[in-house]
Amino acid sequence: MREPLLAVTDLRKSFGALAVTDGVSFDVHGNELHAIIGPNGAGKTTLIHQLSGNLASDSGKVRFAGEDITKLSMVERVRRGLARSFQITSILDGFTVIENAAMAVQARSGSSFRFLRPASKERRLNDEAMAALARVKLDDRAHRRAGSLSHGEKRQLEIAIALATGAKLLLLDEPLAGTGHEESAVLVALMQELKQTHTIVLIEHDMDAVFALADRVSVLVYGRLIATGTPEEVRTHPEVRAAYLGEEEAA
Amino acid sequence: MSAGSDVAVSGAVPDVAPRRGGMLAGRGSALAAALIFSALAVLPPIALAIGDPFLVVMATRIVVFAIAALSLDLVLGYGAMVSFGHAAFVGLGAYAVAILASHGIDDVLVQALAAILLCSLFALVTGAISLRTKGVYFIMITLAFGQMAYFFMVSLSAYGGDDGLTLSARSTLFGLPVLAGDISLFYASLAVLVLAFLGLRALTLSRFGRVLRGTRENPIRMQAIGFQPFAFQLTAYVIAGALAGLAGVLLANQAEFVSPAYMSWQRSGELIVMVVLGGMGTLVGPIGGAIAFLLLEDWLAHFSEHWKLGLGVLLVLLVLFTRGGIAGGVERLFGRARP
Repeated sequence: MREPLLAVTDLRKSFGALAVTDGVSFDVHGNELHAIIGPNGAGKTTLIHQLSGNLASDSGKVRFAGEDITKLSMVERVRRGLARSFQITSILDGFTVIENAAMAVQARSGSSFRFLRPASKERRLNDEAMAALARVKLDDRAHRRAGSLSHGEKRQLEIAIALATGAKLLLLDEPLAGTGHEESAVLVALMQELKQTHTIVLIEHDMDAVFALADRVSVLVYGRLIATGTPEEVRTHPEVRAAYLGEEEAA
Repeated sequence: MSAGSDVAVSGAVPDVAPRRGGMLAGRGSALAAALIFSALAVLPPIALAIGDPFLVVMATRIVVFAIAALSLDLVLGYGAMVSFGHAAFVGLGAYAVAILASHGIDDVLVQALAAILLCSLFALVTGAISLRTKGVYFIMITLAFGQMAYFFMVSLSAYGGDDGLTLSARSTLFGLPVLAGDISLFYASLAVLVLAFLGLRALTLSRFGRVLRGTRENPIRMQAIGFQPFAFQLTAYVIAGALAGLAGVLLANQAEFVSPAYMSWQRSGELIVMVVLGGMGTLVGPIGGAIAFLLLEDWLAHFSEHWKLGLGVLLVLLVLFTRGGIAGGVERLFGRARP
């Protein structure tokens, strides 16, 4: 069997005595959508920070495309094709939509130590940015100020920016956070389409979305993965039902 | 697309406006700068006509501080780095002139080159260290470096120490005393200001400037798409330091005297006031801020020796009532949202 695109082995992170990531291991294969679910406080956000390089791990290993990236910074990971989106929308409100994406294209297109030519007129950057926007169906909003978008559109832009980095693997941190019913339907359709071309690690609260999209699901509870498998396997896993789904049903 | 499509399309004019507004504001700021530069350009003949040559001296001083404020705007307004030691660069530039002149090197090009190199080096070293800190610590550490430069010059008795150093004459260009007249020095300073404005305007819109502006808004986002903010911020810090050094070269020639007082923390504070008063991150604002600050200083000093109290009150009012400084106030006056 060929090597997985992302291989996480015994990853750990503690804050004081609290083990937030407690020996997490999982593999993500190319063109797979791997969802990570878990109740509030399970450590999902900490895990994605560790995977994206935002937060250093205490121990364990992260391999990406055959290379050990455990010690690499967020910037170095993005350059290798591992990009993330943020749970709390962090687009650049003061820039236009297209500039938000073009900036990500610029980061991988030659030197940014160029001081005279107006960046917003660079055709090649804008064309690639536009292509990323088209994939999230935001191309008709390209020249609006990003801050003026609706919440759902901002979530779409988050994904477009990650796409524009040229990533092979997208770490999507709760892309549906705070969205309404229609907005989340748009985003789910979008991810369905992205699955065709990108490997995705999806951290998400919305169970319907996860079971509709995921090829495999891992369940994180108190920093440990208690189960990994197909949506069907996970759904019927007794421990998962006890720890997580039961809670959902009860609620 | 989301359900809001139709509404958004019909509402497209105000929604697209920020971009157009941005461009208009861009043109607006260019227009404002052109007006300021034109007014300055016609000042010497007017001063001669009304028989008040001191106006030209005053105006040169204003232009020199406008250059320094402009350079600080790159750091403060675009780079979001609150540097409290910017006057050190002005002082180092001025000392480059005075020290070289005291050794018989009068050529302004050599002096300017020395000032730029010295200030770039000082900015590179102090910036690389300062940028390891953030927020209030960055303010403190730049202040500390500024004070180090200040006390270094105070203790350098070979070059006047605390008393400063008087220039025997202004700088020359290829042996010619082209800056000897007040009016020619004024126009030379104005030319540097105009070039600096145009250069920084292009820079802030370039790839480099876009990364700098993006970092100002959200450094984590910039890292998440693959930019390491440090290198960009440090480069901006060095460019600003070099430009402030150039202002120092002009200041030494204008006053024909240099002293450590140019580098004091009060001077750095005044530069910050000029930038904030005029409007951070607008380029034209700090030029207006320098004009307003120096005119107010001159005008209020007629009334009372406690003029700084009056200036303080005015500043508080300005900050309270015109967010975005003079530039912000003017924009609101013409009903344009900030981009």
